[in-house]
Amino acid sequence: MKLKKSTINNIISYGIVIVAFIICQSMIASGSMTRSLKGQMIPICVYIVMAVSLNLVVGISGELSLGHAGFMCVGAFSGAIVSSWLLAALNMENEILRLVLSMLAGGVLAGIAGVLIGIPVLRLRGDYLAIVTLAFGEIIRNVLNCLYFSLDGKRLCVAFNSPNVPGTVVVNGPAGTAGIQKIASFPVGFALILFTLFVVMNLINSRSGRAIMATRDNRIAAEAMGINVTKYKMMAFVTSAVLAGMAGALYGLNFSTVAASKFKFDTSILVLVFVVLGGIGNIWGSIIAAALLTVLPELLRAFSDYRMLAYAIVLILVMLATNNPFIRSLFDRLIHRRKPAAQAQRGGASE
Amino acid sequence: MVSFLRFLINGISLGSVYAIIALGYTMVYGIAKMLNFAHGDIIMVGAYIAFCAMAYLSLPPMLALLCAMAVCTVLGIVIEGLAYRPLRQATKLAVLITAIGVSYLLQNTALLIWSSNPKVFPTLFDLGSIRLFDGNLVITSQSIITIAANIVIMLALTLFTGRTKMGKAMRAVSEDKGAAELMGINVNRTISVTFAIGSALAAIAGVLLCSTYPTLQPTTGAMPGIKAFTAAVFGGIGSIPGAMIGGLLLGVIEILGKAYISTELGDAIVFAVLIIVLLFKPAGLLGKPMREKV
Repeated sequence: MKLKKSTINNIISYGIVIVAFIICQSMIASGSMTRSLKGQMIPICVYIVMAVSLNLVVGISGELSLGHAGFMCVGAFSGAIVSSWLLAALNMENEILRLVLSMLAGGVLAGIAGVLIGIPVLRLRGDYLAIVTLAFGEIIRNVLNCLYFSLDGKRLCVAFNSPNVPGTVVVNGPAGTAGIQKIASFPVGFALILFTLFVVMNLINSRSGRAIMATRDNRIAAEAMGINVTKYKMMAFVTSAVLAGMAGALYGLNFSTVAASKFKFDTSILVLVFVVLGGIGNIWGSIIAAALLTVLPELLRAFSDYRMLAYAIVLILVMLATNNPFIRSLFDRLIHRRKPAAQAQRGGASE
Repeated sequence: MVSFLRFLINGISLGSVYAIIALGYTMVYGIAKMLNFAHGDIIMVGAYIAFCAMAYLSLPPMLALLCAMAVCTVLGIVIEGLAYRPLRQATKLAVLITAIGVSYLLQNTALLIWSSNPKVFPTLFDLGSIRLFDGNLVITSQSIITIAANIVIMLALTLFTGRTKMGKAMRAVSEDKGAAELMGINVNRTISVTFAIGSALAAIAGVLLCSTYPTLQPTTGAMPGIKAFTAAVFGGIGSIPGAMIGGLLLGVIEILGKAYISTELGDAIVFAVLIIVLLFKPAGLLGKPMREKV
């Protein structure tokens, strides 16, 4: 049996992720990981999924979205509510099952939000699309700031703009979720990364994925080829929203309280920075950038006040360096020097 | 009725500040075709400079304002020259991320210099206030000056871009960089001048904003920056009267929304109106629709 090249690539990718997971797990088990790093494991999983899913919109579909944190916010809140409801109404004790169901709920609700937002947003182009996604991100956060949810026995109560809800409060307006059981676990986060990779890589290598990339490269030409541009842009946007919602649910269940202000515009920008620094359209780049840049501020803790300043300077310098013609030509020369050798090797193998 | 008038005047006053910021945004966007996310932070720097000039050097408000404008102008030119000029040929996203980097840089530098404790900005130009309807409607000199400043700036900018040689150069560069260069226009200098004007406007906006809403923090500029960006898009980005109308409408909608619908939802209402407008007029209120060439 001869496997397709893309299938082999996918298997290698999953393999690398599984190896990374085993290394992390054994480091946790043997106690050689510092406490602060151990606490970062779930946020790293969350941000990796966020970056990969945003890359689907920015890199593969070619639309600049500045409101990705909005979907994370929907996921976090709905995940927290569903998890509390499952415990109270169905008395579900199994934490992993509850976590998975909450993540699914977060994904579905974020996906619905993605459809509702995608319909108006995807009619716009370029910078206008960017500003409208930013606007939607802010609207989601503002509306969630006004919502109050509580569990009265098995009943879920909702109130808008008034904190008078009966029973135990689950979502407390601007203060965010309250009294949530921290059921997020690293293995489930890792499974979410695998799931995200599975979805995104299969989408990219499918007929739909090629249609999405064709609309990115040339909208008019793609339309002339009979590709339904809106449908495929929507597909990428909603898939990305669902994955972000699942990541959000995982994030929300990692803390006992999460306020909507955690999902500000800055968070969307942070994820966008992961995507751009990792390389637009490059899934592995997103994963590595998200993991490193989530850990980096922790490692720079010694510099305390100066770390964000250093982060900003590094960001600017990296952008300047990667776009500098001299450094670019240097890179090109390095790659070209290697290429003939690689080609020769490949030629040798086929003979 | 009287309270409605009061909210309306507050709204126009806030909208004037947004309009001044949006004018800078729109000019920079028109010429450099980039979203300058650092613009909001230049507002903050301007306000801090004015604050320091008044508090530590005890300069009169007018001189403090001039100081702030001078510093911001230089800052704008330096940022453009060091961070944005090398990226003229780069992708849009690279420029956007650099602008975000500059924004972080300004915020964190301000955090180190002035710490995160909010400073109380003094009221400038306190010339008393006008009382109407038996003192039920108070119009402060603050709002009158803000509105007047907005009108003067808008007229001056319209004259500048329409009549002067530099203004014509700016329009030419924003239309077609290559052709403008062939006509002997120094593109780099023109873009520098645009950043200088935009940053000076940001300094004025910062001082006016903080003398109405007197808490000054390193993050003060972020939200007004985003709002002004929204205002610029609302009016049609790249258009000077559009930025003015967008800013005023946004301010009025925000204040009325906060007063009559919900304080919490004020920002959401502003953004919802933006989305509705863009659905019907995808290039903003006064923007020219782009024609697609195959």
